[in-house]
Amino acid sequence: MDTILNIKNLKKNYHTLEGEVEAVSNFSLTVRKGEFVIIVGPSGCGKSTILSILCGLEQKSEGSIEYNTNNPPIIGYMLQQDTLFPWRTILNNCLLGLEITNQLTGEKKEKAIKLLAKYGLQDFINHYPNALSGGMRQRVALIRTLAINPDILLLDEPFSALDYQTRLAVSDDVYRIIKKEKKTVIMVTHDLAEAISMADRIVVLSKRPATIKRIYEINLTNKSTPIKNRKAKEFASYYEKIWKDLDVHV
Amino acid sequence: MFMYSEEQLLYLKRIKRNKLLIFLTQILIFIILVTLWELLARLKLINTFLFSSPGDIIKTIINLHKNNDLYPHILITIYETTISFTLATIIGAIIATIFWWNNFIAKVIAPYLTILNSLPKVALGPIIIIWVGANANSIILMALLISTFITIINLYDGFINYDENQIRLLKSFKATKKDIYFKAILPGSLPNIISTLKINVSMSLIGVIMGELLVSKKGLGYLIMYGSQVFNLNLIMTGIIILALVAFIMYYLVCCLEKKISKQI
Repeated sequence: MDTILNIKNLKKNYHTLEGEVEAVSNFSLTVRKGEFVIIVGPSGCGKSTILSILCGLEQKSEGSIEYNTNNPPIIGYMLQQDTLFPWRTILNNCLLGLEITNQLTGEKKEKAIKLLAKYGLQDFINHYPNALSGGMRQRVALIRTLAINPDILLLDEPFSALDYQTRLAVSDDVYRIIKKEKKTVIMVTHDLAEAISMADRIVVLSKRPATIKRIYEINLTNKSTPIKNRKAKEFASYYEKIWKDLDVHV
Repeated sequence: MFMYSEEQLLYLKRIKRNKLLIFLTQILIFIILVTLWELLARLKLINTFLFSSPGDIIKTIINLHKNNDLYPHILITIYETTISFTLATIIGAIIATIFWWNNFIAKVIAPYLTILNSLPKVALGPIIIIWVGANANSIILMALLISTFITIINLYDGFINYDENQIRLLKSFKATKKDIYFKAILPGSLPNIISTLKINVSMSLIGVIMGELLVSKKGLGYLIMYGSQVFNLNLIMTGIIILALVAFIMYYLVCCLEKKISKQI
């Protein structure tokens, strides 16, 4: 398969008055087109920093990042909070990215409306976000990122703000939409079960400074949706191995 | 048609009754105080020359009304207050925006702003009168000085503490600073701006009355000052009571505006 992203020896230092902190070091990763890569690691190890750098929100200190896509690449970024703007209707929230990137045409707007309709939000197009449940809001947030037709999606703990049941349902939902739209994804999470149930590949990071400890190809028998994947017989053994890698102590 | 259950109806009734009770008690307190005041005055237990009385106040109002000497004072005070709190909010919003836009300017100006904000602006009264003249302009300027600095500080505070995640999201779309301001900061700060407007109504009124006490020939502040100069307590009390009403109504109007806007969001 085609490579879409090639990261080599990425390094990130933070500077404070007290000194320099190394957040990410020697991080190299190749992502294939259509792949679902999940990064896990101990809390505070610098997982989100990597996404921020890939998205251009923060500058890297060293290393190279090559996108094999449009130049510059179109990146869809999704956060833990849905960050829907309460004074905009659902449709106008979804058009935000198009507005800012100056590509809001009638055709693109139609496409956004179609996306909303396709994923069961047609009745809410002119509603305001406060009329929607947490799960639906996160679905709108996903459609907002899909509306700019991104080359790659970066998801930063997208389900962490939801309660457990909603979380399972929404991860299923988001996974389905992403696969249908054939998007490449890099996602960060601290939930191992979530990672194993969704990923094609899991990258395990070490403690700070974050560097790659191990990479797992996730091969589950009868791979389907995240909730069903949790029942696969290999699930537990992956869980155990990755848990050991994380080396968590209280 | 949908029918409420017996229990729900009882609940609604209880809420309604409670509301009515509060309102009636409020009215009752007012009536008792006014009656007591009038009674003490009639029985000559208090000196009406020093304390006035409700009856005298009503007479004063009627007299002012007959001489057509009441409404010009009320109108000029409302006019001066409206101009100053509108201007203060606009100027405050513009300066807060400049500070948000340019961190360097904000940091440089910060100590000056703190000094100006903590300085009692009334002390500037004499200078303002000398520079601007004894007219409505200096009264408006006084009110502006009182309310502008606090507006700048409140709004700027709201701007820099704005939801970080919304800004991150916009930046992920490669938004410019202008995009971030007009798509997020400004519409998102609207509730904050309205609540500043609320503070500014009272602040501007303080400034206007202060200014009127110092220089003017018209306005409720002037009425009170004039009353004190001719030792007419009826006039002073009348001025204060009308002022209280004006202040309440203006504040109430801004509250209505706030409700309307927050409903839209």
